[in-house]
Amino acid sequence: MLTSQELQQLSDFAKEIRKKTLYAIGNLGVGHIGGSLSIADLLALLYGKVMRIDPDNPQWEQRDLLVLSKGHAGPALYATLALKGYFPLSELDTLNVGGTNLPSHCDRTKTPGIDMTTGSLGQGLSAACGLAYARRVDGNTCHVYAIIGDGESQEGQNWEAAMFASHYKLDHLITFTDNNKMQIDGLTEQIMGLGDLEAKWNSFGWFTQRVDGHDLKAMDEAIERAKAQSGKPSMIILDTIKGKGASFCEGKVTNHNMNFDLQTANAAIAELG
Amino acid sequence: METKEMRAVYCDTLIELAQSDERIMVVEADLMRATGTMKFKEAYPERAVDVGVAEANLVGVSSGLSAGGKIPFAATFGCFASRRAFDQFFLSANYAKLNVKLVGTDPGISAAFNGGTHMPFEDIGLMRMIPDLTIVEPSDPVSLKALTKAAAQIEGCVYMRLHRKAVAPLYEEGEPFTLGKGKVLADGSDVTIIALGAILVPEALKARQLLTQQGYEAAVIDMHTVKPLDEELILSYARKTGCIVTAENHQTSGGLGGAVAHLLSQTHPTPMAMVGIHDEFGQVGTQAWLADHYRLTAEEISRKALALIKGRKE
Repeated sequence: MLTSQELQQLSDFAKEIRKKTLYAIGNLGVGHIGGSLSIADLLALLYGKVMRIDPDNPQWEQRDLLVLSKGHAGPALYATLALKGYFPLSELDTLNVGGTNLPSHCDRTKTPGIDMTTGSLGQGLSAACGLAYARRVDGNTCHVYAIIGDGESQEGQNWEAAMFASHYKLDHLITFTDNNKMQIDGLTEQIMGLGDLEAKWNSFGWFTQRVDGHDLKAMDEAIERAKAQSGKPSMIILDTIKGKGASFCEGKVTNHNMNFDLQTANAAIAELG
Repeated sequence: METKEMRAVYCDTLIELAQSDERIMVVEADLMRATGTMKFKEAYPERAVDVGVAEANLVGVSSGLSAGGKIPFAATFGCFASRRAFDQFFLSANYAKLNVKLVGTDPGISAAFNGGTHMPFEDIGLMRMIPDLTIVEPSDPVSLKALTKAAAQIEGCVYMRLHRKAVAPLYEEGEPFTLGKGKVLADGSDVTIIALGAILVPEALKARQLLTQQGYEAAVIDMHTVKPLDEELILSYARKTGCIVTAENHQTSGGLGGAVAHLLSQTHPTPMAMVGIHDEFGQVGTQAWLADHYRLTAEEISRKALALIKGRKE
């Protein structure tokens, strides 16, 4: 249970993640704003409370791991990591600048705190399975978290990984679906409907829950329930809004990879208060 | 000499490696019985993972295992390892600078009765386009054992073509091998035959005998590592013999022939001929029939070598 003080702190952290993400992408002029903002609350909860981490020692063997399979939401994760002190906030100015350590899509070889390279959708969950298996063989009790997109769930490899995690009873793997209901070409339901996601994950043998992805308290409780499970991997489907928190793009189908300038970003940052 | 089943050597070598290195793991996609790693699973059940019929996940899980500090040897038929899981191997393993050893079995015509659907003539070509990847094709049980160990020792991804069937040893037990350093099996001054793999290296040695009967001396090199290519050795033999025939169980354009030509055309243009597959699909047949059909034979190597030698001397 989150105390009201924790809730406030995490809510503030999520707001800061949104602000830094808006700034970094606005500063560049273009980027994946929609899917970055939709996971800001989740990232605040994971890095602000849930995950066992040490920003001074990003390779700490006992740390919890995160695979951001929807790697294009890298800017939100970079903002989170910078705010946690993995690297200076000023580095957010280098997003996608030639030679940067902060490329559009997550790269474990470049950015402190990034545990897996992603970007070709559908691959991250397999890697998260491998990480979870490796940690278990080593007797390491850390948790492996993974975030996939709803559009990304159209990639078949996710379902290969889903079978794997269930078959090998990877109960320290907790995966989130950022169910923002949009993809590049339009509404997910209209482009390639996913059907009943809860029933799908359930039938694949996962402990499946569905909560509001902008409700920190509900997500925290769902993660606690997931951690209490044994013998099953966990899926937490998060109902989210693509572009959440920035009125110029919130809920707009065009916000996947959007052009906007620093002035627009600053206005959105001011709106967040 | 007595033949040895290559897959048994592969498995025994992995078991030997696993005894002293707990990071070694085997990852399979429902071909453990074909690859011959059941014995590994019996010895190390927790370190042998079968992902089922799911090659993308095979490589994806292996990448995660590697990110978790393991050294996974992931195997499937070469056609699937390359064509089906290429993006996973490219990005999750190589671009991520991990340590995944991907083994593609049944190279080229050794796929025999599985036919054109399962007959990779293009896997080396695809893999050659991945920066920093090491690409290996052992030619006999001795080199297989040594190169498997070498692959485990280096930090970085490796693609190894594994001929599963029984073949006769070409080397003495214990012969040392270094990745990226070709083996001169026979010296010669008239032509150099650079060969690859368990089918064409023995054919190259037979071709040498045919050429000897014609009064010519052929050097024969087992170029077990296609990438990084042993440029120094190739250049020295290009200078020494003045012409080169490459021989491989793969498309010449993307394979060993292409790699050697890419080097020589820019450094020391040398008359060349290539024995291999020339822009064709595979098909069913016995390995012997296929070798004859695609002219992956000592006679073809010898014929092309003679044409080069005569062309050069005229």
